[in-house]
Amino acid sequence: MLTLPKKELITFLIFAVVVLSMPVWLIPFGASYPGLLQTFAIFGLFAVGFNILFGLTGYLSFGHAAFLGVGSYTAVWSFKLFTMNPIPAIIFAIIISGVFALLIGFISLRRSGIYFSILTLAFAQMSYNLAYSVLTPVTNGETGLALTMQDPRIIDLAFSERGEALPQVALFGLNMAGYGGFYFAAIILILGYFVAQKIAISPFGMMLKGIKSNQNRMGYTGLNTKPYTLAAFVISGMYAGLAGGLLAVTDPLAGAERMQWTASGEIVLMVVLGGIGTIFGPVLGAWIIKYFANIFSAINENILHNMFSFLPASVQDFLVPLLALFVGEGWELTMGLMFVLVVVFLPGGLMEGYRRIAVRISAMSSKETKSVDKPAQTDKQAGGE
Amino acid sequence: MATAKHNTVLHVADVHMRFGGLHALADIDLEIEEGKIHAIIGPNGAGKSTLLNVCVGRLAPTSGAVVFDGQVITGMKPHEINQIGVARVFQTPEIFSDLSVMENVMAPAFAKRDGAFRLNFMKNVGQEKEIRQEAEHFIEDVGMTAELETPAGSLSRGDKRRLELAMCLIQHPRLLLLDEPTAGMSRHDTNTTIELLKKIKARGMTKVIIEHDMHVVFSLADKISVLAQGRIIAEGDPETVRNDPEVKKAYLGGAQE
Amino acid sequence: MDAILVQFLNGLDKGGAYALIALGLTLVFGTLGVVNFAHGALFMLGSFCAVAFRKLLLLERIELSETELSPWGTALEIRTPYVNEIFGAYGDVLIDWSVPISILVAIPIMLLIGIAMERGLIKHFYKRPHAEQILVTFGLAIVLGEIIKTIFGANPIPQPMPEVLRGTADIGVLFGMAENAVTYPWWRMIYFLFSLSLIGAVFAFLRFTTFGMVVRAGMADREMVGLLGVDIDRRFTIVFGIAAVVAGLAGVMYTPILPPVNTLGMDFLVLSFVVVVVGGMGSLPGAVAAGFLLGILQSFASLPEVKAIIPGIDQVIIYLVAVVILLVRPRGLLGKSGVMEN
Repeated sequence: MLTLPKKELITFLIFAVVVLSMPVWLIPFGASYPGLLQTFAIFGLFAVGFNILFGLTGYLSFGHAAFLGVGSYTAVWSFKLFTMNPIPAIIFAIIISGVFALLIGFISLRRSGIYFSILTLAFAQMSYNLAYSVLTPVTNGETGLALTMQDPRIIDLAFSERGEALPQVALFGLNMAGYGGFYFAAIILILGYFVAQKIAISPFGMMLKGIKSNQNRMGYTGLNTKPYTLAAFVISGMYAGLAGGLLAVTDPLAGAERMQWTASGEIVLMVVLGGIGTIFGPVLGAWIIKYFANIFSAINENILHNMFSFLPASVQDFLVPLLALFVGEGWELTMGLMFVLVVVFLPGGLMEGYRRIAVRISAMSSKETKSVDKPAQTDKQAGGE
Repeated sequence: MATAKHNTVLHVADVHMRFGGLHALADIDLEIEEGKIHAIIGPNGAGKSTLLNVCVGRLAPTSGAVVFDGQVITGMKPHEINQIGVARVFQTPEIFSDLSVMENVMAPAFAKRDGAFRLNFMKNVGQEKEIRQEAEHFIEDVGMTAELETPAGSLSRGDKRRLELAMCLIQHPRLLLLDEPTAGMSRHDTNTTIELLKKIKARGMTKVIIEHDMHVVFSLADKISVLAQGRIIAEGDPETVRNDPEVKKAYLGGAQE
Repeated sequence: MDAILVQFLNGLDKGGAYALIALGLTLVFGTLGVVNFAHGALFMLGSFCAVAFRKLLLLERIELSETELSPWGTALEIRTPYVNEIFGAYGDVLIDWSVPISILVAIPIMLLIGIAMERGLIKHFYKRPHAEQILVTFGLAIVLGEIIKTIFGANPIPQPMPEVLRGTADIGVLFGMAENAVTYPWWRMIYFLFSLSLIGAVFAFLRFTTFGMVVRAGMADREMVGLLGVDIDRRFTIVFGIAAVVAGLAGVMYTPILPPVNTLGMDFLVLSFVVVVVGGMGSLPGAVAAGFLLGILQSFASLPEVKAIIPGIDQVIIYLVAVVILLVRPRGLLGKSGVMEN
């Protein structure tokens, strides 16, 4: 039951090792600090879940940030009302966001294509606007929902006295603010990755891929596509809620800006950049975008001058202001450009690029034995026209 | 109205279909017998495809009903109609271009089994040995064993049609509707397909074929209905239809042959 | 009664902006079949045409006065905008009227931007799936927003309206009400009239010119017109340019109402998509009707009396309408059925 075929098992084990050793191999990239590591794990998870909907069924949601937000709020409320233990918090986050996804998905999935995208967009904007206005008692509006000294925390306070300072999220004593939080999120990411792999190779996943490829045919093949797409929607909504819950676990604060539709757009960027429909691609996309957001945005002209100090001054004076446009404040420009280029030239994302290179290399090595050229890749999405 | 005989699988009863002012189907009454190949022929625009679409639930008739195996299926959703045993091969192949040939044939088997809904992601596709073997069997039937792992989108048109046939066969439908199964095929491919359909016929599956190609029709059909301008103008075994003066006038006397 | 009239009037100018953006969006969709998520960015670019034009007008030469001293004891700087040197006193008029005048600048600029966008990027996506069109135009919208941020910064840049138009019109008096019962800023009224005339111009263009006739025929059946030997592609490029101009001008004139900022595009994009969906994908009259309808509805929903009954309704009304419309009448108010439905 909990098995994977050999090939998938190897990918899974490699993935697990890669994730758990991130604090080490990210050192040369200057990205090995707890805050960023946590972000990598959490948004990787979000992207894996988003891909279950978009990658497998082809339904493009522009509202998944809403579920992320719901997850965050739920987790913070769990801290406030019950206990600072992260386990109940993320369980509640999954359940509540799942219920939200069920409601929104049930309505949105009555339409497909662009209409579906716009329905999800409308629901997400409604949630965002409401979180800022009438739902202030639940969300604390613009200030955001945070822990206070007056929180009831009924479970915690039944066993211990209220402390002098704000309590911290801890899993049986392990503080969730630093590396503890990273490992907690990383283990959940690995589990989430495993579930996504299981889904992709299961009959259920095959039905979803069939829906993406030809929904019409799937209907004439006897499949009631509605519950399948809804299940995919709810599962990906739960992943988003879980990711939102983890955001609150590592930093017990929840704000409505997490739910804005541009945040939903960001997750779409991650999945597309990495590779729609692959399992590792979305994680890679999430890592790259979050890395850019953190590292590129911190680079300024001085740093650039230092980086290019080996060049003659005149070249430096030309190069640095030019590059400065793309880093610091301008990193989003870089991201946008990168995204456009990927969609235009590499619709399958970085994983597609990797596959193409792999094919070329194997073609080159087999050329020595066979003089006949390999047939050209007949990918229907390849090429710009 | 439904005077369905015991061995009638599909009964199209008094079906009318109007699109605005156009009377696409008028007073169609058709009985398809169990285990037979029933061909529906007619000139372009006679309403053949409309009739087929009514049978599979894609279009709701303006009036009348379609009865399958004693059950009224008009108004049912396509997937419900498929679940009770009606499969369809489309005029332009409807396959899963992104999936491999193997997956294309396995998917309908899963859809048949889990159609209503089953969240079974505990099992891997690879563990479903029975379905896999069956799929291999049907792929062999249509002569595509060499293409098992080929992405279906890159197949030739003829292969796509044969693949679609395999996708329908694995569902063991009681009734198979084929919309011009040999359209656009070479003579050789057409003959292969005829042989294939004959082979399946021996298994007792009922089929309705819509066809232009008289060669196909007369080598396969047990019974022929001739449709012209939305009406059935003649019906009977191939010999009768071939010699019917009405049919000659409306159809065979024209460009055909 | 007067409160209702006030809300109605308040909805008109916003509705005009929605209608103008949605008009271009639906025109592009109807002709090119492209879902353009960068359309909001065109509105934003238009508003920055006004900003750039004003900045240009205010370019000045600084001289140090030889006689006068500033309060800090240094030589007084005399600032003379170049326009004053060229046009004399008329320069002040130019600066005062910078927003309406920048329309003249915005038309060629937006036309060029639109054509460049279509030729450079969008054209390659005609045959790609809608999801990819959304993705690439979404990426383009980000890029355009970021370019503007790089040039103009991330803070809103208020644009003044001409001096004489700063007051309000006492509409209530016309209806026999007390003085100042219902007032309406002149500029908003102008915006409403402006949007009406621009909409009228677009419709007239499509109705009465040969070009427009071909475009309308192409909207109805692209392949058919292609068979007639008409070079549809080139005309559709121009259609895209026109849509860009309409969105841009809507942006130019909106600047005194809402200070331009680089995120304006994204904010208006979602709204204008909702408008298009409510009006019906590909329906020009639908876009206009829905634009005004939603503008006015939103205005009414922000009445305190309404908010007291349904809290938060002002925040969600537009989206709620869209959800209901999509579910009960997916083709929208005036759309054809079957457009982009699977």
